[in-house]
Amino acid sequence: MVELKKTRVGFGHGLVDAGRKSEKVVVLVGDLRDSTNVNFFAEEFPQRFIEVGIAEQNMANVAAGLSLVGKIPFFTTYGAFATCRCLDMLRVTICYSNLNVKIGGAHGGISVGPDGATHQALEEISILRSLPNMKVIVPCDYYETRKATLASIDIKGPVYIRFGRENVPVVTGEKTPFEFGKGALYRDGGDVAILACGVMLYEALAAADELQRDGIDARIINIHTVKPIDEDIIIKAASECGAIVTAEEHQVYGGFGSAVAEVIVKNSPVPMEFVGIQDSFGRSGQPEELMQTYHLKAVDIIKAAMKVLGRK
Amino acid sequence: MNPFNFDIEQLNQKALDIRRDIITLLVESQSGHSGGPLSCADMAAALYFNILNHNPGNPDDPVRDLNFFSIGHVSPLIYSVLAEAGYFPLRDLLTFRKLNSHLEGHPNCLHTPGIEVSAGSLGQGLSIACGAAYGIKMDGSERSVFCFMGDGEQQEGSIWEAVMFAAHYRLDNLCALIDYNHRQIDGETEKVMNIAPLAEKYWSFGWNVYEIDGHNMGEILGALKACSEFTGKPSVIIGHTVMGKGVSFMEGLAEWHGKPPAPDQGEKALAELGTTFREWSERLRNG
Repeated sequence: MVELKKTRVGFGHGLVDAGRKSEKVVVLVGDLRDSTNVNFFAEEFPQRFIEVGIAEQNMANVAAGLSLVGKIPFFTTYGAFATCRCLDMLRVTICYSNLNVKIGGAHGGISVGPDGATHQALEEISILRSLPNMKVIVPCDYYETRKATLASIDIKGPVYIRFGRENVPVVTGEKTPFEFGKGALYRDGGDVAILACGVMLYEALAAADELQRDGIDARIINIHTVKPIDEDIIIKAASECGAIVTAEEHQVYGGFGSAVAEVIVKNSPVPMEFVGIQDSFGRSGQPEELMQTYHLKAVDIIKAAMKVLGRK
Repeated sequence: MNPFNFDIEQLNQKALDIRRDIITLLVESQSGHSGGPLSCADMAAALYFNILNHNPGNPDDPVRDLNFFSIGHVSPLIYSVLAEAGYFPLRDLLTFRKLNSHLEGHPNCLHTPGIEVSAGSLGQGLSIACGAAYGIKMDGSERSVFCFMGDGEQQEGSIWEAVMFAAHYRLDNLCALIDYNHRQIDGETEKVMNIAPLAEKYWSFGWNVYEIDGHNMGEILGALKACSEFTGKPSVIIGHTVMGKGVSFMEGLAEWHGKPPAPDQGEKALAELGTTFREWSERLRNG
């Protein structure tokens, strides 16, 4: 039985790790203390925890100001608000000035569930990828989110960490290395490469098991750092496998798959399929129902793999 | 300590020089804003040449006070003040808005020494100042934080989020200055989107408020010193000013918000300010 844990708890625990490592770490939240799991940090470091209330634009720039006096601020809210509502602050103040602000983007993806489309962040990667100086990490599970959060304090400039609401399978372990900017090979294979970010890594691994039963060897790569993306591992996968499938719990337009495609078309063009949200908003439902309805399951990755193999 | 500590007479002279710089660099660039820079000149001169604890020789001095210009479009004023204070050579002012100049249309803190944060989109500076003031209080430091705002940007909702935050956390190391020149690009502030009664708004949000003549150096210095002594609340100085102050044909006219004087207009303006383009550009070129 696969272990399930919340990535947002990984973020919360990662903040505590970061707070213990550096006294400069400060955490801000916009009236979402418990649901973004910054409560752990607030309990251990109340003097370094700032409640900003329901004022995300202010929160982003208060974080900017804190960074200008030497703090390492994390501002935290749902990803839909952290990106769309604060976009001008992210662009003009934080990215243009290349400030050392970290952003905790909670409730990433359709698996947010019953809260519905307004709270299901599906656009963050597309938006943030277009901002110079911004770095984007989409960890796959609890441990990776925790490690990415701690690692982000040593990465200069703005860093966005995307995580989800629900329990999701644990794929990595406490000791699995996390290296910012580097993709990681999770399963070798030469027929098709499936590149995944976030919780889709688990679905990709499940898809690979199924594909193997049909005699297809799928290479599975975890790309937690979507920007800057690991070009080498992508080019190698394209040239050795000759077919690529990307999987993301996010809009396909401008998202992770697009980032991979940009690398491939410039270096080693091969057929590609994109598993992700196909240009629509989400809706209410149970997380699992939504993942099925919006075609984000292993079965959908298998279909994409078969399709791309047919184009090889 | 302020490195200049100018008296009122010296400050008035510095404000005049700043106005001459502004017109000269705008004539040279033929692009940029005239009205706001001229209306801010007196308050900015007082801040940088008497109040602000800063170190032009070491812009990153860790004990310096911080001033954030929320109004990036008054860049001619900002650059003049910084050059006059010695952050970079006066001759750089003649490169304003040109390719490869560090003096961009709106200030970029990664390029220009003395700029604390890049600005250009209105309504952002006060939140940044709040964060800096909060961080400084966390450290138990005595540094002060200032924020220069325009009146038009009081229409931005984010300003009022920051106003609430500063009062909630009693950021008494924060002093905001508002250049209330009653004009914005589309016309009179009262007609475009009224922000009055501004003092009452800040007061009711829990701020310590001063309303002054933003061109009277004695009143400006008095208010800035009162702010630094006031405890328990953030302070705001609402400086009533005249857009285009010092150049008769620009004064009070919104049309001068966002355009530079043509060369003949610039000559006329500089004559009113007691110099000529040739004389003043020569001073800058050699500075």
